[in-house]
Amino acid sequence: MNKDALSWGAIIGQMGIQFAPVLILLVISFALSLTFKRRLGLYGKLFDSTVGMIGLALVLFWVFTAFFAGVFDMVATHNPLDQSAMMKKALPGTPYSKLIGTPDPDAGAYYLLGGDNLGRDVFSRVIAGSIKVILIAPFATVFAFMVGITLGLPAGYYGGRFDTVLSFLSNLVLAFPVILLFYLLVTPEIVQTGIPVYMAAVLFIFPLVFLVILWNSRYHTQPMKRNVYLAITLVIGLWVYLGMAWDADPLGLISVPPNVLVVFVAVVFVNSPTVFRIVRGLVLDIKTRDYVAAAQTRGEGPWYIMLWEILPNARGPLLVDFCLRIGYTTILLGTLGFFGLGLESESPDWGKMIIDGRRLLSANILHIAIPPALALLTLVLGLNFLADGLREESLRD
Amino acid sequence: MGKFILRRIGVMILTALCLTFIVFFLTNLYPNLEKFAKTQGNFRMSDEEVATFLNNRGYLQPTVTKYGQWLGVLPGYVIEGTDGKVRARCAAPGQPIEEAPRFCGVLQGNWGFSTTIKEDVGGIILEKLGLTGILMFWVMLLMVPSALILGVLAGMREGSRLDRSLSTFSISTTATPEYVSGVLFIAIFASSAVGLKWFKGTATSAMDNVTFENFFLPVLTIAAYGMGYIARMTRASMAEVMTSQYIRTARLKGVSFPNIVMKHALRNALIAPFTVIMLQFPWLLNGVVIVETLFNYKGFGWTLVLAAGNNDIELLLGVSVISVFVVLVTQLISDIGYVYLNPRISVS
Repeated sequence: MNKDALSWGAIIGQMGIQFAPVLILLVISFALSLTFKRRLGLYGKLFDSTVGMIGLALVLFWVFTAFFAGVFDMVATHNPLDQSAMMKKALPGTPYSKLIGTPDPDAGAYYLLGGDNLGRDVFSRVIAGSIKVILIAPFATVFAFMVGITLGLPAGYYGGRFDTVLSFLSNLVLAFPVILLFYLLVTPEIVQTGIPVYMAAVLFIFPLVFLVILWNSRYHTQPMKRNVYLAITLVIGLWVYLGMAWDADPLGLISVPPNVLVVFVAVVFVNSPTVFRIVRGLVLDIKTRDYVAAAQTRGEGPWYIMLWEILPNARGPLLVDFCLRIGYTTILLGTLGFFGLGLESESPDWGKMIIDGRRLLSANILHIAIPPALALLTLVLGLNFLADGLREESLRD
Repeated sequence: MGKFILRRIGVMILTALCLTFIVFFLTNLYPNLEKFAKTQGNFRMSDEEVATFLNNRGYLQPTVTKYGQWLGVLPGYVIEGTDGKVRARCAAPGQPIEEAPRFCGVLQGNWGFSTTIKEDVGGIILEKLGLTGILMFWVMLLMVPSALILGVLAGMREGSRLDRSLSTFSISTTATPEYVSGVLFIAIFASSAVGLKWFKGTATSAMDNVTFENFFLPVLTIAAYGMGYIARMTRASMAEVMTSQYIRTARLKGVSFPNIVMKHALRNALIAPFTVIMLQFPWLLNGVVIVETLFNYKGFGWTLVLAAGNNDIELLLGVSVISVFVVLVTQLISDIGYVYLNPRISVS
């Protein structure tokens, strides 16, 4: 190994090459969006606000990175789990070599951002970490929204005892310090008892319930159409539900590892009470409007009014909160990793990488902790900017 | 007002009971108890040995019974173990069973014994709360004034360049979780790789002696995360006040702009941020846990991590009672304060 270490300029150049597909796709999507922005509704209006555009660029950057890394195995240079005794705490730009065995011929020639304390490539681990975040955070947020909307709509619309009980329960969850809840829920011992599976069974049924009510309230006057929609929803929904919650997919295609499931459930559980409160507040406000009274006079059913009159009119604030909440979920996932909860010890997780690198900061080794920290920061910052841009543009309507 | 407060306190006690029961239930699940028995006894115990170990120490009673004993509304157990020894919950080490009190729970002031720190939970919590109190005090002192100033400056001329840059700044601080900003701060200000070395990267020495050098980074880390949110709330409420009729009247009357902001707008604009500041406490609690772990400051949050990581049941319960209590009390104060500050809202 007589190659020299790369200079910082060369490292940045190399990283640019690795990120090339991501950047190209990013430029293409921005060029297309800017050209057709007048025809794209709210999404197009986003391109009128600088902050919103920066946010969108940051978010898309990580989404595309996760996409290329996860589907085509492109961006990363090394296997994120591959250790090399030669590369322990290696500085950024060190040529890749192995003490024992021959190096993987497909692997890159350099550790672009150096090696961590076990000699794994920091750059590849950051990229691999993005896949997990991009997969879990939006889905967990969608589930939290389904739970919050399905419960928040009737609570706000009917009020009464139903509302009192649900509000009490949601305040109960919100009064829990999040980290305490995580420490209690996301442990191998709790996974043994099966509690996460039961919680998943309850939480994951909500999207199904939501869709069934949604179709039924709209098309119950056209039984043929309703039956088709309901049949499709129930077949696909129950299939996914069995696979995700009970790990009992009859076709064996969908299955979630228990430690991912418990993380997912914990994050949904923490987020849904807040969504519930937001939806409930919005419904309380919107149900006094004239168009709701008009629908009531028309004789529409309560669920039709909730789902097809109130909900579409609450979409602005909900969309903004959705973006913010994905960011918050990303922070929560990082927090879980930071405390080493709910993941295998080897797996690349931004929070875990940060706390591992933190221990070496006092030894003046910065390159292990800083890259995952910046990755998480840019993603969450992007989501927050995006939410701010959306808020500004939807207020202008 | 009195009835309102009474009802709120009633709900609060109910919430606290539910929450502690949930914590109690989760920590007392059998796999957790098994792990506990193995760490207390030895790791190679067979399943039967674990069961007798737990049974002799009263851990296999029904959860509700155990909860009642912990709370102090049911008499503590007296169990004759399979090894012939009689153990009682309420007997102090060395005290004869007959002399032990019948009830010993939280209501009697007995918080139990920590199995990891080997001290009384009450004492530990008091000491740790003191340490965290110091941290919180400095956080508040840094966070509240700077957040209010940021918010008022941004909100007094909505849409101006100053507003935009300050708003972007506050979004960035809320988007930066403590474990990211803390690591960045340590890397920039405390490591010799960057070379500034203005502050220390750990706050362990601050437990005995708080100095600017060892305490500023943890305080800044917590304050930065909470600051953006309060600033945004202040900005929104300030912007709303600045468009109201009486401000326009004052303007037309010829009052100078600084005078309008200071004398007319500020008081009304600060009602909403007050409740937000109180509601920030639960969030600060999370921040405290992360920052105390990050900076190795052995306060309340550090204790939570220690207790939860080792399934130290009674310490964990003590910690959760206190944190739940803090959350609920701040909610109550924020509600009462809101009513008190805003004459337009009445409870009845």
